[in-house]
Amino acid sequence: MSKKLLLEKAHIEGIKSYPVYRREGGYVSVEKALKMKPEEIVEEVKVSGLRGRGGAGFPTGMKWSFLAKPEGVPRYLVCNADESEPGTFKDRYLMEFIPHLLIEGMIASSYALGCNSSYIYIRGEYHWIADILEEAIQEAKDNGWLGDNIQGSGFSCNVYVQRGAGAYICGEETALLESLEGKRGNPRIKPPFPAVKGLWDCPTVVNNVETIAAVVPIINQGGAAYASIGVGKSTGTKLISACGNINKPGVYEIDMTISVEEFIFSDTYCGGIPNGKRLKACIPGGSSVPILPANLLLTTAKGEKRMMNYESLADGGFATGTMMGSGGFIVLDEDQCIVKHTYTLARFYRHESCGQCSPCREGTGWMEKILWNIEQGKGKMSDIDLLWDIQRKIEGNTICPLGDAAAWPVAAAIRHFRDEFEWHVNNPDLCTLQNYGLAHYADPVYVPAT
Amino acid sequence: MTIEFTKERMYKVQEIINKYPAGKQKSALLPVLHLAQEQFNGWLDVPVMDYVAGLLKLDPIEVYEVASFYSMYNLKPVGKYVFEVCQTGPCMLNGSDDIIHYIKNKLKISEGETTADGMFTLKTVECLGACGYAPMMQLGKHYREHLTPAKVDEIVEECRKQAATAANGNGYLS
Repeated sequence: MSKKLLLEKAHIEGIKSYPVYRREGGYVSVEKALKMKPEEIVEEVKVSGLRGRGGAGFPTGMKWSFLAKPEGVPRYLVCNADESEPGTFKDRYLMEFIPHLLIEGMIASSYALGCNSSYIYIRGEYHWIADILEEAIQEAKDNGWLGDNIQGSGFSCNVYVQRGAGAYICGEETALLESLEGKRGNPRIKPPFPAVKGLWDCPTVVNNVETIAAVVPIINQGGAAYASIGVGKSTGTKLISACGNINKPGVYEIDMTISVEEFIFSDTYCGGIPNGKRLKACIPGGSSVPILPANLLLTTAKGEKRMMNYESLADGGFATGTMMGSGGFIVLDEDQCIVKHTYTLARFYRHESCGQCSPCREGTGWMEKILWNIEQGKGKMSDIDLLWDIQRKIEGNTICPLGDAAAWPVAAAIRHFRDEFEWHVNNPDLCTLQNYGLAHYADPVYVPAT
Repeated sequence: MTIEFTKERMYKVQEIINKYPAGKQKSALLPVLHLAQEQFNGWLDVPVMDYVAGLLKLDPIEVYEVASFYSMYNLKPVGKYVFEVCQTGPCMLNGSDDIIHYIKNKLKISEGETTADGMFTLKTVECLGACGYAPMMQLGKHYREHLTPAKVDEIVEECRKQAATAANGNGYLS
């Protein structure tokens, strides 16, 4: 069983309320932080090796140390709670069950960065969760953890919640800032980076919910203790939201030392695939990361067991590997159609493209239409190459990473499942009636030990 | 209909504006549009957007361009109860197509349409972050998860009952 740092107490009765949370050791990290120098906290976060949990995995301590500190200019901390990557629902879980953990992390992080006003930008659909956070903030305020001169330290801080209104693109940090300023969520050209010119042109740090929550155990136990959990550059714990065709969908906190195989088939985690079906494929890090067929998912191209951590999931690059991403773990069983699944993702990216850059605006729509044609038995063999060509022309040619995020799932589907696309083209009548199934690429077939 | 926020909502607007530094009240636009949509029948008519522009001292175009960008704002009238059913990958793997099909047949409407009695609108939406509890829909403030045809029947019944007993209001189940 993995060590838990974030969700260990998430199911204690009443943990949503301040008295219980405090009784269980809540807000101790703020007490500790306020006795430290801000730069000491930044150093602890650096030592911890914590990597951004939103998807990119950028070292948090480094991001923090880039924050510009010009005299007389306010700095802002913005929490990215715009969780919208298909397959990802971990931040929601954390905020819903243990909201004070995020607030505690926000206060400690704000102190470390010298921010007196901090914002939590939450996706608009999480309406009831915004209410939960507002309540937690009020409780924290009533108990002297927010507002002026917190615990007599001389440090003042307020945390505000802002709801978005339905736009995946606002999970991109500069689009999020635009949205927080009351504008369309069009990503900004970088540089300047938010660390220099962010919210209202002031230096700003944008961090994911899980990242900010992880600051609490880092301060409590020290960066070195946090870094001792996990393996290599995958330190600490990671929340994985598992969904698709598995027996036990849900959010799991893992310490990144377990194998993908154990994660899918062990009863501690996903509990295997329902109805005795076999594993066909998996997208382990949210819809943007490359899909892998069962064989490459469980074993790297080098023949090593693939592990649930940043390095092992990425082993082999995009040719034979994938990414940890946001931890949105989507499992497909043998009955699922790769073309159809890829189509729904292409439709998603077309819907969510902000429309600023033509490769993304036009390309996502073309990919959606071509995939729909192939799925409906109206595709041509040349369409598969056309799809490949389009995704290549989107990738790297846009202001923000949404273009890449739209290109990668299509590229990986063709790379690993080309025969399934060809089968659709060759069997226009059959492909609307039945799915291609497993075919050879799922070998070796996994048989769970009985 | 006069377009004016209730006193309670006006107070909320001020509270929202106070979250930002002086002069940055444009930041209040998204939350204030949510408030407007809630009060004015679940959608944003042009006069409503103009009213919001006036409140926040913005040009109307600044409001229109935002309202048309975000998928949660409705720019056409909707029914009292809007079923926003997710259809992205993980929900699709768990049968969201069948649920959408079932709702269409049951209510005799297509995606984006409203029933003749003005009760229900069906909207298909992209990933709402409930992938582990699929298939799902948003209804008002909350999510309805692990949907089955039987569950859809219950929800429709629940809405009809609420509409019959609610004295006024826009019908959103919260």
